[in-house]
Amino acid sequence: MISELEMGKAESELELGLGLSLGGGTAAKIGKPGGGGAWGERGRLLTAKDFPSVGSKRAADSASHAGASPPRSSQVVGWPPIGSHRMNSLAAKSAREEEEAGKKKVKDDEPKDVNKKVQVGFIKVNMDGVAIGRKVDLNAHSSYENLAQTLEDMFFRGNPGTIGLTGQFTKPLRLLDGSSEFVLTYEDKEGDWMLVGDVPWRMFITSVKRLRVMKTSEANGLAARHQESNERQRK
Amino acid sequence: IAGVLTWATLLKVSHGHCLLCFSCLVTLVFVSPLPQFIYIIPKPSSFRLRSLTSNHISNLSMDLRLPSKVLEHILSFVDSNEDRNSVSLVCKSWFETERRTRKRVFVRNCYAVTPEAVARRFPETRSLTLKGKPHFADYNLVPDGWGGYAWPWIEAMAAKCPSLEELRLKRMVVTDECLEKIAASFKDFKVLVLTSCEGFSTDGLAAIAVACRNLRELELRECIVEDIGGDWLSYFPETLTSLVSLDFSCLDSEVKLSDLERLLSRSPNLKSLKLNRAVSLDALGSLLRLAPQLVELGTGSFSDKLDQEAVAKLSQAFSELKELKSLSGLWDVLPEYIPLLYSVCPGLTSLNLSYATVQMSDLVELITGCSNLQKLWVMDLIEDKGLEVVASSCKELRELRVFPSGAEGLNDTNVAMTEQGLVSVSEGCPNLESVLYFCVQFTNAAMVTIARNRPNLTCFRLCVMEPFAPDHKTQQPLDEGFKAIVERCKDLQRLSVSGLLTDKAFEYIGTHGKKLRMLSIAFAGDSDLMLHHLLSGCESLNKLEIRDCPFGDTALLENAAKLETMRSLWMSSCCVSFGACKLLSPKMPKLNVEVIDEHPLETRPDSSPVERIYIYRTLAGPRLDMPEFVWTIQKNPEIGVSHLAIK
Repeated sequence: MISELEMGKAESELELGLGLSLGGGTAAKIGKPGGGGAWGERGRLLTAKDFPSVGSKRAADSASHAGASPPRSSQVVGWPPIGSHRMNSLAAKSAREEEEAGKKKVKDDEPKDVNKKVQVGFIKVNMDGVAIGRKVDLNAHSSYENLAQTLEDMFFRGNPGTIGLTGQFTKPLRLLDGSSEFVLTYEDKEGDWMLVGDVPWRMFITSVKRLRVMKTSEANGLAARHQESNERQRK
Repeated sequence: IAGVLTWATLLKVSHGHCLLCFSCLVTLVFVSPLPQFIYIIPKPSSFRLRSLTSNHISNLSMDLRLPSKVLEHILSFVDSNEDRNSVSLVCKSWFETERRTRKRVFVRNCYAVTPEAVARRFPETRSLTLKGKPHFADYNLVPDGWGGYAWPWIEAMAAKCPSLEELRLKRMVVTDECLEKIAASFKDFKVLVLTSCEGFSTDGLAAIAVACRNLRELELRECIVEDIGGDWLSYFPETLTSLVSLDFSCLDSEVKLSDLERLLSRSPNLKSLKLNRAVSLDALGSLLRLAPQLVELGTGSFSDKLDQEAVAKLSQAFSELKELKSLSGLWDVLPEYIPLLYSVCPGLTSLNLSYATVQMSDLVELITGCSNLQKLWVMDLIEDKGLEVVASSCKELRELRVFPSGAEGLNDTNVAMTEQGLVSVSEGCPNLESVLYFCVQFTNAAMVTIARNRPNLTCFRLCVMEPFAPDHKTQQPLDEGFKAIVERCKDLQRLSVSGLLTDKAFEYIGTHGKKLRMLSIAFAGDSDLMLHHLLSGCESLNKLEIRDCPFGDTALLENAAKLETMRSLWMSSCCVSFGACKLLSPKMPKLNVEVIDEHPLETRPDSSPVERIYIYRTLAGPRLDMPEFVWTIQKNPEIGVSHLAIK
């Protein structure tokens, strides 16, 4: 079956090169034969091995995944396919349940606070060099440390059964203190990209639109701003 | 008379009746004096009869030309745009008459045609319905700023169609300026329905409220609104008494109860009221007393602590709602308040419990009382047992949607809901035709049973939440289950698949899914064959959306012609290469091929995969409002030549 496209395009040879990775990327090459591994430097298709709990009991899973978070279906962007209104509602509900489970009872004048939380919900996280974005529930975190830990688990750690998205990093990363190859940045409501950690946590979660794990080399402009604002504060 | 008739039969039947036929023989107008019917039959190839009643049968002559006034009169009974489209194809003068009399326009992809073209062609339109972003935008797969702006449409309509009364927008970007323009431009504006829209604030709502003196419907369904406060409601003037429907359920901030009460007191025609979460249970009581004629009610939060007297009053208020057919809201509903709803249950045809986080045991009696229910939306907290109750009590059920209750999807759910629940409903509810079912696991056997029970299904959306999950009993792919569905359910129009699926599943879908119009796929298939089966097999395919599947180029290019017969194709996180997109674009001028990729494309090799591709047919050509991250061959021709080699 020759399509008119192929007939017309005499200059293109008829040879699909599903190329191997270009420039030694960070992507590991796990993929189904004949299908998945063609992402090159962009990352790779998620396959069944990324979701190790397939077919196994969830209880067994949680025992074996101490300290690591394989990409659970809920952390892939847009999956499961629930509209964001519903997602936010669920997030608010679980946040409220956590509060109630804690020592304090939710007071009557707190509903406004909860409603504010409802607006935060899940936000997207992308990492340089990784095609598939993730989502993280800001409501489920209480501090920058918390958040950084989750992100490090999401993007950098694998467990013995899986390979994390980048596969190669096994040493602990410090996303917040500038000591690693990557920094954590965010886009705020005005569209500016900022380094995470500058403002108080509560202020951060109301102004953050999305997160990006950026290569430190690319983040130079932001770092300078960070230093500047530090200097300004000192004056 | 309805059904298929040949020309010969028609002429026989027409003996003794007044008959007009036209030399171009594409349409036959058939008038019978008794009982008073006008039949208009579209082109001979389709031969579907539409019968319409008329109180004013004019004496039509056997002219070959139908005076336009008469045609106008006949057309005033033709509602369906499909029929109107046929009418407009007959000849130039019919086209002219039709376009000048069309009152409702539907544009299902706002980029398929320009606003100016629509406004020019249908100057008398009273109602415009538009859809913007692709469906997967609902799940955050379309980056912000992609498009779908309402402004150019509102501007064009304001200039050419000032008698516009109704605007219904879905997945579009609507700004406060848009709302202000609507308020200022359309003197008799009546209906504004925004579904999954964003970009406006409550200030924009105030503009609509204050200016639209004859407003009938204001509905905000799942919009993202910048919520500055609840004041907007107070802008409805005291002279506004025409309100029929008000839905502000997606807003966060509190409106003043007194404003709302006064509004209800002067809205005797109010049939539908959907409150937001901030409206307390206590307030609900007083509101219901002011609007006992409601047909649709969306409550606010259902969780305040009320004293006995307040509960009794509320119960009384509910029992006064004699017309109530639809109930929703019920956020945070406490189990002890569920009995308040028992009095309205027998009248309900639609019940939305999808935000009600109550356990199965609290729901049973409620469901048992809903014997006339046709539409049920519920959370998986209902469990299999609860769905068995649905199966035995809700015999009129047509649509069932079961949503997941855990925020994390499946991490924390200890919910006892499996495929069995859906099987029970399929057995017990003979009219079930539409299903959306989120669950943790499924089996082929269950799908086979469901298909056998309900061959009348028209919409089957199964979301097994764990990607690549096989049949949990046999560990086989779910191919056979979906095969049964598409084989048996001959009228299936919409299908969403999930779980572990090989190319075989899509071979089945291609072979049997002949009426399938919309198909959604995620994490499935093995190779290009999958896409090939679908594009070459599904004759009625209109919208196809795919994410995270391992194929792209070959099937796409080989079936390129198919794309012009569809409204749109979405593929994200698949293996479509940049080169293939470049090959596809110039050959298909009636399509817009958009590569939506947040990484720069200039230095991309042809073989590298693109993040997302959105292809849709259009008469409007390339759009002019594309952001940086959307590439088309027209926008960036310098990187347009493909050096890709395709096997």
